[in-house]
Amino acid sequence: MKISTKHFGQVEVDETKLLKFHNGLPGFEMYKTYALIPVDESAIYFALQSVEAAGLALIISSPYIFFKEYTFDVDENTKQELGLTSPDDVLVYNVLTLREPFKESTMNLQAPVIINLKNRKSKQLILNDQSYRARHPLVNGQEGGGSLVNP
Amino acid sequence: MLILNRKEGESIRIGDDVEIKIVSIEGGQVKVGIEAPRNVAIHRQEIYASIQEENTEAATLSKNLLDMLKNENNN
Repeated sequence: MKISTKHFGQVEVDETKLLKFHNGLPGFEMYKTYALIPVDESAIYFALQSVEAAGLALIISSPYIFFKEYTFDVDENTKQELGLTSPDDVLVYNVLTLREPFKESTMNLQAPVIINLKNRKSKQLILNDQSYRARHPLVNGQEGGGSLVNP
Repeated sequence: MLILNRKEGESIRIGDDVEIKIVSIEGGQVKVGIEAPRNVAIHRQEIYASIQEENTEAATLSKNLLDMLKNENNN
């Protein structure tokens, strides 16, 4: 199917691969269906594009590129909600808040987006673990492996 | 807003399946126990609000920055 996007005009997406957020995303609770569209050629950054609202897209990326030590538990409620049975089925992305200059950009480690690859059910989890915050600097991060990407 | 007084060990029931118990009160802090069905999301209000704000800011992205991401790996 073709959808209208915020950054890329009309894009053809595979309907079977759309992500279903039963509760939407915090701040955008009314929009439930998203497509994952690669931004760069190496597919490090993706646009989490709302299918219902063309003007709504968040940039996400794998946290492990920037923070190698990032770990969190998925609670039982969420496992049931997403129908998760194996850790192998989970894909994790985190939302980037990009700013100019780039070194002021941050990643939201407190609220990872988790996707069950088996059924595409997804959720932005809010961790109760106080060691992760909503704004971890991408560049020269204090935690984990720091930054590999420094344009 | 409904306001009511509860003592330590007392509870409040909301609807058929949510129970909120005052576990302890110490200094200015109240420890609350919550029993609710699995499909009811429970968050500290200020944390949920901060994630809403962060998502809202993340969604306002300049064309410049996006172009930078696109080109970053072609250099």
